[in-house]
Amino acid sequence: MSEGDHNVKGLKVLRPGVRTTIQDLGRFGYAGHGLSQGGAMDLQAHCWANRLLGNSVNQPTLEVAIGMASFRAECDMMLAITGADMQAELDGAPIGNWRSFAVRRGQILRLKPAQKGMRVYLAAKSGFQVAPILGSCSTVERNRLGLVVQEGDILSAQACDHVAAAYVPARYVPDYPDAIELRVIESYQVSQFSAHELAKFYQEDYRVTSDSDRMGVRLEGGAITPPSGGVISEGIALGAIQIPPDGQPIVLLNDRQTLGGYPKLGVIARVDLPQLCQARPATRIRFAPISIEQARLEWIEFCDYFSV
Amino acid sequence: MMGRKVSWAPVSETSLMLYLGDEIDVKQAPLIGEMARRIKAEHQEVCEVTASYTSILVQVHSPRVKLDEFGERLVAMIGRGVVTEKAEGKLIELPVYYHPDVGPDLEMVARNKGLTVAEVIAIHAGRDYTVCAIGFAPGFAFLADVDARIATPRHERPRAKVVAGSVGIADRQTAVYPMDTPGGWHLIGRCPVPLYDPEQIPLSPFELGDRVRFVPVERHDYIERGGHV
Repeated sequence: MSEGDHNVKGLKVLRPGVRTTIQDLGRFGYAGHGLSQGGAMDLQAHCWANRLLGNSVNQPTLEVAIGMASFRAECDMMLAITGADMQAELDGAPIGNWRSFAVRRGQILRLKPAQKGMRVYLAAKSGFQVAPILGSCSTVERNRLGLVVQEGDILSAQACDHVAAAYVPARYVPDYPDAIELRVIESYQVSQFSAHELAKFYQEDYRVTSDSDRMGVRLEGGAITPPSGGVISEGIALGAIQIPPDGQPIVLLNDRQTLGGYPKLGVIARVDLPQLCQARPATRIRFAPISIEQARLEWIEFCDYFSV
Repeated sequence: MMGRKVSWAPVSETSLMLYLGDEIDVKQAPLIGEMARRIKAEHQEVCEVTASYTSILVQVHSPRVKLDEFGERLVAMIGRGVVTEKAEGKLIELPVYYHPDVGPDLEMVARNKGLTVAEVIAIHAGRDYTVCAIGFAPGFAFLADVDARIATPRHERPRAKVVAGSVGIADRQTAVYPMDTPGGWHLIGRCPVPLYDPEQIPLSPFELGDRVRFVPVERHDYIERGGHV
């Protein structure tokens, strides 16, 4: 459609940024065919973006990684922005973060390189109109599913009347520090690791490497000697901590492969994953154990709050 | 046969692992596949099952599901022998063009094993395989058992790109790469049949426990069926 077409409604992509995809809660039920679940990596930011607009939590949002993206509104709309700090500007005026905001047709939203955090979530009132594939709008590049946003794309959204902006209360706004603690539910092969290696895992500082993506975050730090004797390939849960032969942990995330044969110490508590997904390279990571029951209670609280 | 050693363990807030044995047993694959299907079909709380050689990862929708009780229920269901009989899976025949032009490791495998290329082909295509796991990539079926005479370990350095359709060997397993991916298996030929199509149901032809037979084809046949050299 031409640029002057008045029927085009939504957000036009002027610059797609480093990596911008559509994400919802993920695609479930196809692991038997080897498909990854995908879904918003920072579920907290995704859920807030939808909540600020009164959307249901599974409405697709735009996940903008690293930044340097810009969009032009093709109609009047209400948007929400959460997640990383990309110093968003509307027609050159800073708009802040963790809020909804009104956009008039023709206005330009510009995101700079992320200052804190890695991923911005942009939601539109009533959601971006994306046709689901296999029950989800989530993009999983390695499965050739969904949309990696390109220059010139139009992300359809309904025009809507402007309403007062809503803000995430300050006490709920994360600040994505450069040192974080992640809590670990011990499971999988944890009992096969020696007590010494497990103690080391909790004592060492690790750093996020730049070789991290939607499949997983690679860490570097004190190497953990994995147990000898292989693991028969088995299903990998979200947040599983895998210890490959070089001893450097890899946390497997939304676009992870479905099966794996490296030893795993356990999984990161679901409520701690948003911090990891926003962690920039060189962020310092420490691990601490958490009981599965405590992790479950905190996850119930999250799910109840956002109606996940 | 499975009552012997079934156990379960929690994995995360919303997932648990069913362990169905300690060793890979090709004959178990159809049973494990059927169990996975029934666990998903008969329990509304389940959102994902990931079956493999000896285990099934079961994920539930809600953290309100008490895994202790649910794990016991699943073990009991299996213990009752609800799933005991399963006719062997369907037979899938896949044409393969075995040639160095599309199987860059074919000659090396033959050389290392003291066989001729023709013998490697005859051995690889000479038996039916069982789908023991599906994963790594969409539609990637781990097929066992490869004849020990041609079993070859993975390359130390994986190739950055293995072309879709490539037929590989890793130890006693074989597989067809459904899409272009990095990969470390020794490549001996190529299959012209597409094995993953996100626009199509089913997404891929394989289910756990299916049997796969490779049928050697000539170059012109391979190209006629859509293959590329």
